[in-house]
Amino acid sequence: MTTLSSAKVTSALLPVLFMTVLGLSVMFVAGHAQSATLHDAAHDIRHATGFPCH
Amino acid sequence: MFQRMLASALFAGGVAGLLAALLHFAFVQDLILLGEKYETGELTHFAAPAQDGHDHAPAPTAGADAGAAPDDGHADDGHSHGTGSDLTRNGLTVLFTVLVYVSYAMLLAAGFGLAESMGRRIDLKVGVLWGISGFAAFQLAPAMGLAPELPGSIAADLGDRQVWWWGTALATATALGLLCYGRSLLTAGLAVVLLAAPHVIGAPLPEGYWGQAPTEVGTLYSARTLGTGLAVWAALGGALAWFWTRGKAA
Repeated sequence: MTTLSSAKVTSALLPVLFMTVLGLSVMFVAGHAQSATLHDAAHDIRHATGFPCH
Repeated sequence: MFQRMLASALFAGGVAGLLAALLHFAFVQDLILLGEKYETGELTHFAAPAQDGHDHAPAPTAGADAGAAPDDGHADDGHSHGTGSDLTRNGLTVLFTVLVYVSYAMLLAAGFGLAESMGRRIDLKVGVLWGISGFAAFQLAPAMGLAPELPGSIAADLGDRQVWWWGTALATATALGLLCYGRSLLTAGLAVVLLAAPHVIGAPLPEGYWGQAPTEVGTLYSARTLGTGLAVWAALGGALAWFWTRGKAA
């Protein structure tokens, strides 16, 4: 039982990790990257979600 | 598993992002525009009509404020607000709101995947609790050190704030995961340390306070961003659980 659930967790780890990295990357680009174009485009929602903006 | 996480996150993040945009325009956007009027010097709030300060007279309306803009050295800091016309600016706000909520949804979906692989069941109620926890990690805990910034307020160095923001969000998210799914005193103790550490270290603060925007607008702004954030995060958690459970059945 323990071996079975450990194997299940291990096989889930890679997609979970990949999804986490993808989510954090999208959040970084939309909310934190400081390129002028991105900043201007996302300005209002960066303020509204509490991301440090400028 | 990955496909199910991605599909659920895209659908739920899209729905929650549109709700967030709706609430943003209902509660928040007007305050941003008002803050910018103070930030640029179009309005100032230090020249209020004379009053003894204690008679609870109605507050002056923003438009009634008058006086020369203070030389605050802020006009040349090189940042701008939004881009192009109102339509473009608001359209981009909707687009990026959806993008931000899709990113939140991806993190919650990763959490769902991990929890389910550990034998924990995800249903609508659990999903809403995940959403509220996400709000606590990514908005409430960072806001306790770095309040949502109304344009026209003063803050510390951007890089320092971003480091503290990421540290606080990730530490709080990890702590809540340990508290909810951990099974020992050790994990509970570690969670408490992670919850407290960012606030013991302390957020980077400005050297002084000389923001142009009125405190009253700033506090209302913070309360509204957190209130709308809580509502949308809860909806996001519920919607994600809904798509997630249907993804399993499919």
